[in-house]
Amino acid sequence: MAKPQAEILKSPVPKEAPAKAPAALQVEVAPEQLAYANVLLYGAWLGIALLLLTNIIYLTGLVKPYIEPAMLPQYWGMKASEFVQVAHMPTGWSWLKMLGYSDFLNFFGMVLLASLTIIGYLILLPAYLSRKDVPYIFIVLTEVVVLVLAASGILAVGGH
Amino acid sequence: MLDWLATFTGGGLAAKATAAVTTTGAAVSTAAGTPGMPWWVWPLLLFITTFLLGIVAVLGGVGGSVLFVPIVGSFFPFNLDFVRGAGLLVALAGAVAAGPGLLKLNLANLRLALPVALIASTFSMVGAFIGLALPNNLVQTALGITIVLIALLFIVSKNTEFPQVGGSDKLARFLGIGGTYYERSSGKTVDWSVWRTPQGFLLFIAIGIMAGMFGLGAGWANVPVLNLLMGAPLKVAVGTSKFLLSITDTSAAWVYLNQGAVLPIIAVPSIVGIMLGSFVGVRLLATAKPRAIKYLVIVLLLASGLRSLLKGLGIWN
Repeated sequence: MAKPQAEILKSPVPKEAPAKAPAALQVEVAPEQLAYANVLLYGAWLGIALLLLTNIIYLTGLVKPYIEPAMLPQYWGMKASEFVQVAHMPTGWSWLKMLGYSDFLNFFGMVLLASLTIIGYLILLPAYLSRKDVPYIFIVLTEVVVLVLAASGILAVGGH
Repeated sequence: MLDWLATFTGGGLAAKATAAVTTTGAAVSTAAGTPGMPWWVWPLLLFITTFLLGIVAVLGGVGGSVLFVPIVGSFFPFNLDFVRGAGLLVALAGAVAAGPGLLKLNLANLRLALPVALIASTFSMVGAFIGLALPNNLVQTALGITIVLIALLFIVSKNTEFPQVGGSDKLARFLGIGGTYYERSSGKTVDWSVWRTPQGFLLFIAIGIMAGMFGLGAGWANVPVLNLLMGAPLKVAVGTSKFLLSITDTSAAWVYLNQGAVLPIIAVPSIVGIMLGSFVGVRLLATAKPRAIKYLVIVLLLASGLRSLLKGLGIWN
């Protein structure tokens, strides 16, 4: 019979622990989950700091840009596929060859943010392997394949 | 430092927030009709708009990108491709920033998140390709319809703090989905499990496609499915949904990055604006009136959804 989950509330262990004790002490969190959390914590702030720094470099003109910010209104109304063609923009990982231009420095922060999940999953994998947790080994490996495939730029789309 | 915002949140917050958003909207419209406008006005207006959206999103309990994509896509001169690319990065940045706290408190549960994330992220990649391949007016029309439906979902949806769960199904037991979290309000730990797992997983196919196609975070869809359908407690559903976005949006964000659909001049002010707005929003939560903010979010969604729909149909460009 269905029952509300509130009915299966359990007293915290130990009982004498103060009610306002840090929540982390009240529940058991798997070590790999904590490791994943730390990857996100440091990676997120590093990524955002990189975004800010590289954008300041771009906007202030400290390093020469590929497309001057003042020229962007000519392009930002175009469809992405048209923009890539007209402005001869690199696709996939070709931006790595353009790092001499300040606009492409911005990609570091974005790529870091988009890479955190892959790093996090690779941290989870050994824990599931050691427990022989077959369903989650399969899930983690498949997710890594999906994300690496998405990141690789191998898959492409035709533009209109 | 936040005195003016405290005043802002005093009486009639919804009216004042609406006025602020409307004023920014008027400035955007004026700028849009001025071809000689200096280029830097747009990133500046974008930053101000996203800062306000960040405040409203936190107070309204929604992800920033569900407001960002329709509003910026409808009222700014940027192509929808770049807006959706920025929207995914906005959702991604917000999710990876919130993820550590949620994981450490066990409010984001890996055993629930990982299978769901695999489905949603695979199909968000498919959705991203569909969105980039389709003509703009079609995507804009579909986005408008989706946003109006989301607004209606907000009106009718009533989440349950502790849903009724009639025992785990076979798939949930096989995957060992369930967990424990500390409920601060009662000072007790709560054990939870889920059911209707296959139905929930199927719905995440559609959620993933919509997230990738429209550049939306999709928290608006994750929470009802996890909470109302699968029976996860509301806090676990909200926490897992937020963490889930860091995975779902990653695969779609890669597609947009690789296809040249991310312009830093649009993405960076948006990410910074939404994040700063979110920090302020969190500080204002204590004095905000949730019902008024919920109505404000619904009004903003309806207005931007209808604008998007009319723009897509070529009625109001």
